[in-house]
This record gives sequence, structure tokens and C-alpha cells, in this order.
Amino acid sequence: MTRYLLALVWAVAGWLPLPAQAADKVKIGFISTLSGPSAALGVDIRDAFLLAVKLNGGKLGGLPAEIVVGDDQFKPDVGRQLAEKNIKLDKVNFLTGFVFSNIMLASVPVAFENKIIYVSPNAAPSPLAGKQCNPYFFAASWPNDAYHEAAGQYATTRGYQSVYMLAPNYQAGKDSLEGFKRFYKGAIAGEVYTQLGQLDYSAELAQVRAAKPEAVYIFLPGGMGVNFIKQFVAAGLSKDVQLITPGFSSDQDIIRAVGDSMLGTFDAAHWALDFDNAANRKFVAEFEKEYKRLPTVYASQGYDTALLIDSAVREVKGRIEDTEAVRKALKAAKFQSVRGSFRFNRNQYPIQNYYLRVVGKDSQGRLVNKTMGTIFKDRGDAYVQECSMK
Amino acid sequence: MSWILIVEQSLNGLQFGLMLFLLAAGLTLVFGIMDMINLAHGSLYMLGAFLAATLVQATGSFAAGVLLAIPATALLGMLLEMSVLRTLYARDHLSQVLATFALILILNEAVRIIWGPDMPLSVPAALSGPVQLLPGMVYPAYRLLIIGVGAAVAGALYLLVARTRIGMLVRAGASNREMALAMGVNIRRLFTLLFGVGAGLCAVAGALLGPLFAVQVGMGENILILAFVVIVIGGIGSIRGALVGSLLVGVVDTIGRAFLPLLFGIFFQPRVASAAGPAIASVLVYLLMAVVLYIKPQGLFPARG
Amino acid sequence: MGRAAPWIVLALALTFPLAMQAEHQTYYLSFASRIFIYALAATSLNLILGYGGMISFGHAAFVGTGAYVSSILLSEGVASAWIGWPAAVAASSLAALVIGAVSLRTRGVYFIMITLAFAQMVFFLVNSMKAYGGDEGLSLRERASLGLGVDLGSDFAFYYAALAALAAGLYGLHRLAHSRFGRVIQAIRENEERAEAIGFPVYRCKLVCFVIAGAAGGLAGALLASHGKYVNPNVLHWTQSGTLMMMVIMGGAGRLWGGVIGAAALLGLEDLIANHRVDWLAAIFPNYQQHASLGVGTVLLAIVLFAPQGIAGMLARKKHA
Repeated sequence: MTRYLLALVWAVAGWLPLPAQAADKVKIGFISTLSGPSAALGVDIRDAFLLAVKLNGGKLGGLPAEIVVGDDQFKPDVGRQLAEKNIKLDKVNFLTGFVFSNIMLASVPVAFENKIIYVSPNAAPSPLAGKQCNPYFFAASWPNDAYHEAAGQYATTRGYQSVYMLAPNYQAGKDSLEGFKRFYKGAIAGEVYTQLGQLDYSAELAQVRAAKPEAVYIFLPGGMGVNFIKQFVAAGLSKDVQLITPGFSSDQDIIRAVGDSMLGTFDAAHWALDFDNAANRKFVAEFEKEYKRLPTVYASQGYDTALLIDSAVREVKGRIEDTEAVRKALKAAKFQSVRGSFRFNRNQYPIQNYYLRVVGKDSQGRLVNKTMGTIFKDRGDAYVQECSMK
Repeated sequence: MSWILIVEQSLNGLQFGLMLFLLAAGLTLVFGIMDMINLAHGSLYMLGAFLAATLVQATGSFAAGVLLAIPATALLGMLLEMSVLRTLYARDHLSQVLATFALILILNEAVRIIWGPDMPLSVPAALSGPVQLLPGMVYPAYRLLIIGVGAAVAGALYLLVARTRIGMLVRAGASNREMALAMGVNIRRLFTLLFGVGAGLCAVAGALLGPLFAVQVGMGENILILAFVVIVIGGIGSIRGALVGSLLVGVVDTIGRAFLPLLFGIFFQPRVASAAGPAIASVLVYLLMAVVLYIKPQGLFPARG
Repeated sequence: MGRAAPWIVLALALTFPLAMQAEHQTYYLSFASRIFIYALAATSLNLILGYGGMISFGHAAFVGTGAYVSSILLSEGVASAWIGWPAAVAASSLAALVIGAVSLRTRGVYFIMITLAFAQMVFFLVNSMKAYGGDEGLSLRERASLGLGVDLGSDFAFYYAALAALAAGLYGLHRLAHSRFGRVIQAIRENEERAEAIGFPVYRCKLVCFVIAGAAGGLAGALLASHGKYVNPNVLHWTQSGTLMMMVIMGGAGRLWGGVIGAAALLGLEDLIANHRVDWLAAIFPNYQQHASLGVGTVLLAIVLFAPQGIAGMLARKKHA
């Protein structure tokens, strides 16, 4: 028996990793949903992030960059364990990547406790914008309810009198419908919260049919949206009911899966393929060249996240151990965002424009989103007053 | 609440129940006759869906892809039976549960390695729209197809078990295995064959549900548990029990999901109502099972005589 | 196991954090705590599964109940572990009493299925508790506090708390297995009819055993929630019950150290594959690290098929040979 135990001691001793290396490079933990029906989102963010690093010669802010990629499998507990591994074992300097608010909210406390900065390429839930705003949290995307506020404003402008609303029952789902209702002034034909990750919407669609609304507004990211829209069309509802979506639910990944029935769908977003600025033209061209597909809003956020980190590391001249300096540099956001104008509010959430887009055909006959006009200019969020950060 | 809503939701329940039946039928026969708990049954459902997605892509035809996926999955099922599962018949239930749990892990990863985490599979274009059933009542064409195929397969299976010689052997095996053995039934070959049929049925369910849900790794895990609930409610080994159990579970689940939120909506806020509704609907299914087992510990239609 | 072995293991376990502290490797400290907690959960399942012969496919229900009760108390501001953990244990015992009272009336396959059904019910109920996160889960600000000048917030202190809980669990199992009650339980496992004929109150004995296991599982759950400072319904998913069974069988059902060895082997194997790249293996099979469960599944299948006594059984047999 003792023999086995001694062997065990040897095994354990050999297993332990070497002590942390010197900070001659910047190490980034990238955890996202890379498998399952909603994987397309995380994959787009990752691909765009890695593209930005590649275009930068494998460096961020002048330091060689090492990206540790992990898949949270759409499970909050897995995300949290990976965050702990990234921080305690891999000793990363920054954490980023999460798509889904619930997984991020479960995982980022590990970063906060260890004073590691989390730069969000997507999820930006309301609690972290308001009362629980945190010096180690930066949203390089858009506040969770921003797209929905813009869509609500659009529904009001169009004069819709009854809208049926659907969202998964989690923080971002609640944020989204709150946001829509904040600017939508008509009647609500129904407000339904489904299971997160639900794939069969037959029961909900039957209820939509019975409620006979003028329009349906959905917040169903990833595979949920693909399934809903397909089943919405299959149920024959698209003939009588106008579908309004947030930008990501009418984006390239959904268009690829659903096809021509997306034509003419209105949506709201902070970015579109056709934005005419130098940074965006480069991003769209390089992304398509590298991955043979058009980027989504998610991809644009992943790309911007990498550029933002790049700018901060450059600003502090590579002294990334100085977390306070890095924070200050991030907050200054000295980079050319593909979305055009971008700056941080005092809660470290963005102040930016939101646009109306419509799915149409481009010059090559591909289905893409076209910018139709501006819904909000320089909009922050509704929660910043509750944030005590200066 | 209109009658259209009620009819539509009942059709949804029927559609789900029939697909559950395809899974439960194979499971109950294997369970009843070989006295073998096979958790990897859900993996065959997943394999069927991935094979169908691949074959649909390769042949360019939905029907051809699905029809080819059925024998392919059956073959894989038989290989699995002959290589691993056969050695488990003589073992206790605990070993069977664990060995087949291990098979779930192995098959999930094998699929991930071969195909990646998911595969695209879409409803064929011709069936992607709605059909007018009655004036003012439309229903997705593809879901009607599922109901049709499910009913046809259920009917064929019933005839197979009730009317043919193989069916007779199967029933004999389910009601008294030792006796059937003593009467000279070639159990080994029968088992392998039966397993192939079960795997084929999984493929039908996986291929048909794939376009509605998603063809992805792990897709069989939750539906597997429901299939177990079905056969326990129906009585292990009984095809008739599996059919009744499937329809019961399908209808209870869908009706619960659809009408409990409405019912709760009268009393609570929408967020509470639509959260509690589906959760309680999901619990209803298990509650049904616990109650059935408490009253009839052998299920509704005990096969063993 | 030899007589000295448990003491060697204990000595190693006691000194391990000092080595980790010196290396600034808090990850493996936290990882070891996780192993202890899972070992306690697996040991509690081992009591009913290995010693009692009751194949419960719903043990995650008790671990989950304990995790949730302690987390809910924490989120409501009841920080003391002296209230939170006993409450978790009490709730899990109660759950085990109710579930056991109904389930133990059934036999064989039906017992497996009904325990699974009950666990699913708890799973869906927790899923619907929106006030406590629902399927999003519940993040905790801090771990339960032990008072007495011990800060469980540090991984160092928590490690010893988890170790103490596991040691107590193992000692309890050891005493129980050699008590009169333990012998009756094992007699029931071997032949229920005979035990009944002799005049033992079989049903009541099994129920008591079931409740004790549920209670220990609840403590493991409370520790698990505090350890991760997070709980979500996945701790109640049926695959968790399967994982716990897997640990017991890998380690050795009905053997004192079975749960511990199983938990360490399974979690260790997962970590080894995922976090420690072996170059020659990666050369043959790139990305093999992303497919840890292929290795885990294969090992489990091999153990079930070829070594049903588990790792502890193999070690013991070697010694006797």
C-alpha cells in the first residue's frame, strides 16, 4: 500500500505546473460558448478577436499575446470553473469572451475578487451598469437593453398598436423586454418568458396565433432565434404578423440558417456591415478573406474588444501589472472602433449611436443588413445614475 | 381561449408523444426482453440525427437521407450490441447503468470528433410552410408529416409485434424469458435483431426531430429520461404501454406548457406565470410517473404474466 | 488498505496546502477541496449503493437540496455556517425521508427509475425558483462563515474545513459499517428475503440508511455551494447523479475508501487530460484535450467490464495475492 502512496506523491509532484512566468507577454483568458446550438455567437467573437490579434502581428499593445481559449458549453458552472482556472492556474492578465449574461454573471465575480479586468465583448447586463457597477468590468459592446430600447422606439414611430413579446427567462431576457417597453407606447398583446435554450416553440406560436398581434418582438439569441423564426414562418404567421428583432436576431448567422424569409425584417443595432469608416472597411474585408463568411455584430464586438485591449496595453507601455493604470487607459478608449463613435460612460458602459437596419440584398445578391437611419444618438443607459463609480 | 388554440396544442402534444413513442418502443423491448437498462439509447437517437444530416447533405434529398440513415443507425446499433452490450445482459442493473452511462460519454465525444458539436439539418423547402387544415386553422406542414410518419410507424410496429412470428417470439420473451429460452428460441440472434429495430426507430425520431430542434451533441440526454418515464408508466416490455405512456406524457407536457401559464396568468404577473407554468408542467410528468408507480408498481400494462 | 495507510494519507492531506502556499498555487488547493467535497458526496452514495445495495439514481437531489438551502440562507443574509450547514443537512434528510419512504416500496429497476423521477422533480422545481436565480443560478457574495477566527473565504482555511468534513464522513461510515445496524444493512443487500424472514425491520433499516446518506449528501452540497460561491440547477441534473455513481463504482462500491478514490480518480483524470498537454499524444491526436470525457468514459467502461470491484478492490486484491 505504502508503495502506491509514494508513487502517488511522485505523480502529484510531477503534475504541478511551474511557477508563473514573468510579464513579458500579455495573457488573455477567452471563455465563450463554443458548442451547442448557440455556438455561432461565441465562434464569431473568438474568430474576430483572434483575427484582430493576427492582423496586429500576434501582439496586443506591443506585447506578444497568448490567448487561452475555453468553451463554457453554455453552462454557468463550467464557465465559472474555467474562469477560476484561467485566473489561478494560467494567471491571465485579462479575461474576456462570454456571450451569455447568465454565464458571465456567474463567472466574473472570480475576476473581480482577484482584481482581474473583464472586458465584455457582448453581455452587459443592467445590474453591472447600475448598483453593482464594478471597476474591473468594461463593456465593449452595448448595454443589454439598448437594442431593445431602440426597437421599442422604432415600433412606436411606426405606430404599431399591439405587440407580442417573447424572451428567455433570464437576466438578459428581462432586461430586453424592460428596454423595449421603456420606449414602446402601444398595447402589449402578450409577454411570454420561455426556458433558456428552448428549441421547440410550437406551444408559444399557437398562443401568438390566438392573440392576433400586429407585430411580434423577440429576444432569442443564437439557436433559439433560428428555431423560433423558422417555426414562425412554418406556422404561417409571417403573413399576418410583422416580426421585429434586435440586431443580432437578423444577423448573418440567422440569415444563413433561415434564408429568404428574413427579407424585409426590421431590426436595431449599433453596427452594420455597410458602415463607411476605415476601421470597418478593413475589418469586414479581412474577416471575409480569413473566414469566408460575412461578420455579424458579435464579430464586430469581438474585434473591437481586441482593439480596446490593444490600445490600453500600448497606453501603459506594457506595464500591465499596474491594474489602475490599465483601467485608466481602457476608460480612455483610444482606438478606432468599427462602429464609429465610441466612448465610455462613468459606469464603464458605452455611449454610442443605435441604427435602424433592414434585411435586403447587396450588390452581389447576398442577404445583408442595410442601415436605414439613426434611432438614438449618443445614448448611454438607464442605470448609470445608480452607479456610484466616478 | 378559442377551440383553434386547443386543437393546435393537442396536435403539438400528439406530435411530441408519437416521437417519444419511437424512442420508447425500442427501449421498452430491450428493457423488457433482455432485462437490460440501456442509457445509451439516447445516443442512438443522436447518431441517427447526425447520420441523417450527413446523408441528407450527401444525397441532396431529405427523404433519401432520412431513409438511408435508418438502416445505417440500425447497423451501428447491432454492432454496439454485439461488441459491448451483449456482455452486460448477465450483469446486474448497476453495471448496466454505469456501462451505458460510459457509452454516452464515449459516443458524445466520438460524434464531436467526427462531426463537431453540431450539424445543420433543415426542414425540406416544400414542407417549410403551413397547411390549411380547417377554415381558420393552419398547422405547419412538417409537423403534420411527423404525426403521419409517427402514426404509421406505430401501426406497423403494432402489427409486427401482434401478428408476426418475430413478434410472437418477442412477446414470449417479454412475458417469460426463461420459458422462451427453454422452448428453443434463438435468443442471441433475436436480441441483436431487436436491438437493430430499436436503433432504427431512434434514427426515425432523431432524423425527424432534428430539423425542429437542433442536431447537436447531447441532444439525446433529456429526451432519454422522458422515454424512460414513458416505459415505466406504460409497463416495461409492453408496446401498448409504451404507446399509451408516450401519448400521455406528450399531451401532459404540451398541455401543461401551453395552458398552465395561461391559467397562472390569471393570478400572477407574466414573468412569474410563464416561469412557473413550464416548470410545473415538467414536474407534472414525473409526478404522473410517481403516482402511477405508487398505485400500479408494474406500470399501466405489465408485460410480465 | 494497510493499517498505516489512512494515517499517511491524512498526513499528506494536512501538509499539502503548505507546499501549495509556498508555490503560490491556489488553483490546486481549491481543486483539492473540490475533490474532498465530491469524495464526501460519493461516500454518502456509497453507503446506500455499496453497503445497502440500493441503486439510487437520484443522489444529486440531496446534494442539490443541501447546496440550495445553504445558498438561499446565505443570500438572505444568514452567513453563519453553524446555521446554514445544519439547515442544509436537515432539509436533505427530510427530502431523503420523503423520497425514500415512497421509493423504497419499489424494487429493482423501478427503484432506479423512481429515484431518478424524484430527482428530476427537484431539478425542475429549483429551475422554477426565479427568486433564487432559477436556471440562471445563484451567485453568492461570500462563503459561509465559521466564526472562531477562521476565515473560510481563504482557500487555505476552506481546504481544512472540507478535509475535516470528509474525514468525519469517512469515520462515520467506518463506524456505521461495523456497527450492528451496518451489518443488518449489508445482510439486507445480500439477501433481502432472508433478512426479512429473520425478523429484521428491513424497510425501516433501509429508510434510515437512505436518510443518513441524504444528510451527508446535503452537507457535501452545502460545502460545494460555499466552495464555488455559486450554485445552479446543474448540480441536480441527472447526469450529476450518474457522475456520483461513476465515482463510487470506479473507486469501489461497498469499500470504505471507494468514494474518495473514485472522486480523486475521476476529477484528477479530467484535470490531467484538460490541463496538462502531453506532447506525443497531441502529435497523434490533436485537440485530444478537448475530449476529456472520451478518456473518462473509456476508463469507466473498462472498470465496469473488467474490474467491477473498482480501484480499491484492485488494490486490495493485489495485497492478498
